Amino acid sequence: MSDRGYTADEMMTVAASRALQNGQVCFVGIGQPSAAANLARQTHAPDVVLIYESGTLETRPDVLPLSIGDGELAETALTNVSVPEMFRYWLQGGRIDVGFLGAAQVDRFGNINTTVIGGTYLKPKTRLPGAGGAPEIATSARETFILLRQSPRAFVEKLDFITSLGHGNGGNSRAEAGARTLGPTRLISDLCQMAPDPETRELIVTTIHPGVTRDQITAATGWDIRFADSVTETPVPEPTELAVLREIHARTARAHAGQA
Amino acid sequence: MPRAVITSLEEAVAENVRDGDSLSLEGFTHLIPYAAGHEIIRQGRKDLTLIRMTPDIIFDQMIGMGCARKLVFSWGGNPGVGSLHRMRDAIERDWPLPLEIEEHSHGAMANAYEAGAAGLPCAVFRGYIGNDLPKVNDRIRSVECPFTGEKLAAIPAMRPDVAVIHTQKADRRGNVLLEGIIGVQKEAVLAASRSIVTVEEIVDDLGGGPNAVILPSWTISAIAAVPDGAFPSYAHGYYPRDNSFYKAWDPIARDRETFRAWMDSHVMQRKAGEGVQ
Repeated sequence: MSDRGYTADEMMTVAASRALQNGQVCFVGIGQPSAAANLARQTHAPDVVLIYESGTLETRPDVLPLSIGDGELAETALTNVSVPEMFRYWLQGGRIDVGFLGAAQVDRFGNINTTVIGGTYLKPKTRLPGAGGAPEIATSARETFILLRQSPRAFVEKLDFITSLGHGNGGNSRAEAGARTLGPTRLISDLCQMAPDPETRELIVTTIHPGVTRDQITAATGWDIRFADSVTETPVPEPTELAVLREIHARTARAHAGQA
Repeated sequence: MPRAVITSLEEAVAENVRDGDSLSLEGFTHLIPYAAGHEIIRQGRKDLTLIRMTPDIIFDQMIGMGCARKLVFSWGGNPGVGSLHRMRDAIERDWPLPLEIEEHSHGAMANAYEAGAAGLPCAVFRGYIGNDLPKVNDRIRSVECPFTGEKLAAIPAMRPDVAVIHTQKADRRGNVLLEGIIGVQKEAVLAASRSIVTVEEIVDDLGGGPNAVILPSWTISAIAAVPDGAFPSYAHGYYPRDNSFYKAWDPIARDRETFRAWMDSHVMQRKAGEGVQ
C-alpha cells in the first residue's frame, strides 16, 4: 500500500472498471478482469451484463470465482448455456460489446501471447496455459480491453507467439487478416492507460496513474513507448470504489478459505 | 439401441477403455470426472490420446503417471493457481514420456465436439484469425463460404473412441441428467463411439423438468454410481469446488518424487470411487 491509500493493483482495477459502461455486454476473463468487471457492476454500472465462457449468462457473483466455472457463477446467472452455444451464438453471433482480457505478454499493437515463451513451440522454455477463449474473444467482441501489470517481461518488443490478434503489424493489418471488429481499444496497467494511435494502431500512453513517472513507464516497457500529445492523470480511486473492491476481495477470501 | 449398462466403475473402465484409445474426459471446471480418471490410471491404461478443453489436475495426474501419448486441448492450467507442472514436465522435458500436443482454442474445440455430435466431418466457424496457432497445428485449415466468399476456419470433427463424464443423476433405466454449467459433455458423449458416465446417485425419478439436459440411456455405454466422483471439482446441488485442494496441488505436482508418492498413497493404493480426500 502506498501512502496514497491504495495499491497500484487497486488503481489498475478501478481504472479498468470505469472503462465498462452501464448496460454493456461484457465477456469476462478470469483474474484481474473479473475483479474489475464485478467492481463496475457493484458501483457505476449495475446493469452491465457479465458473461463467462463457461456458459454463465448475465451472472452476478457475490464473490470472485477462482476458476472460470465456479458454482457461484452458475447459481447467480440468469441462465446457463452449453459451451458450444456460448461460443457460437453469443460470442460469434456478435452479442458481446466488450471482451475483457488478461495476458502473459503483450506487444505494441496489443497482440497477446498466452502460449509459449522462449525456446521453440515444441520445446519452449516456458509453457503457458494456451489460448482458452481468447483468440475468438479478441476477434468477435466489438472491442477488447487488455488488463496487465506492466513490466519489461510482459510488455515486449516481439512476441514469441501470437495467441490472440490485436492490431497485427499495425495500420490496417488487423482488418486485412479478416477481423471485422475494433480489437484492443484500451490497455490498462498498474502504471497507466494506453490506447491505439488512430493511424499506426500502436498503443500509446493516454493517462498516467497518480504518482507514476514517465521514466517508470518507459523502464517497464520492452519497446520504445510513446506518449500521447496530451497525457492526463488518471483520476484517483474514489473511497466508495476502494471500499466496494476491498469488500469483494474480503468476501472472496472468506469464501475460498471456508472450503477445506 | 442397447441401453446403458449400470455397473461398477472398475468394470465400466475395463470394458470400455483400451490402450491406444482417444479419450475425452470433459467437464468445464464443473463435474470433472476425477474418479473415472483415477480408475483409468489404476488400470494402467497407456498410449492414450487424451482430449479435454481444459486439462487440469486430472490430466496432470494421468500425464504424470504415463497414461498419455498425445494431448488435445485448448487451455491447460490449474485455474486461478498456475501451471500444470506434470503437463509442463512432459512437454518441456519428456517426463515420464514424450507428449505430442494438438493445441486449439476453446471456440474451435467446442465447435469440433458439436460437429462430432452432428455427424459432420468438420467444424466451420469464424476463428483463428491472425494468430499463430494454424502455424503449429496442421489440422487448423480454412474454407471459403460458397455464398459470401468469407474465409472461415475449419478443423476436423471431434470423434473420440470414448467419452467419460460425471453428472448428478441417472435413473434406473440409465437416463442421465446434467445441471448447472453443462460444458461440452452432451456433445462429447454423442460424438464418441463409447461412453462412460459416473453419477452422484442413481434415483427413481430424474425430476428434471421438460427442458432438462438429459442423455438418453441408449446414447451411453456404461454408468457407475460414484458419490463425490467429481472431487475436487464440484457437483452443482451436491458439493462445492474444493478451491483449497487446487491450491494444495501446486507444490505436490512441482516435484516428480512428491507427485509419485502422493499418487501412490491417494490413488494407486485406493479402490475405485474411494476418493482422494
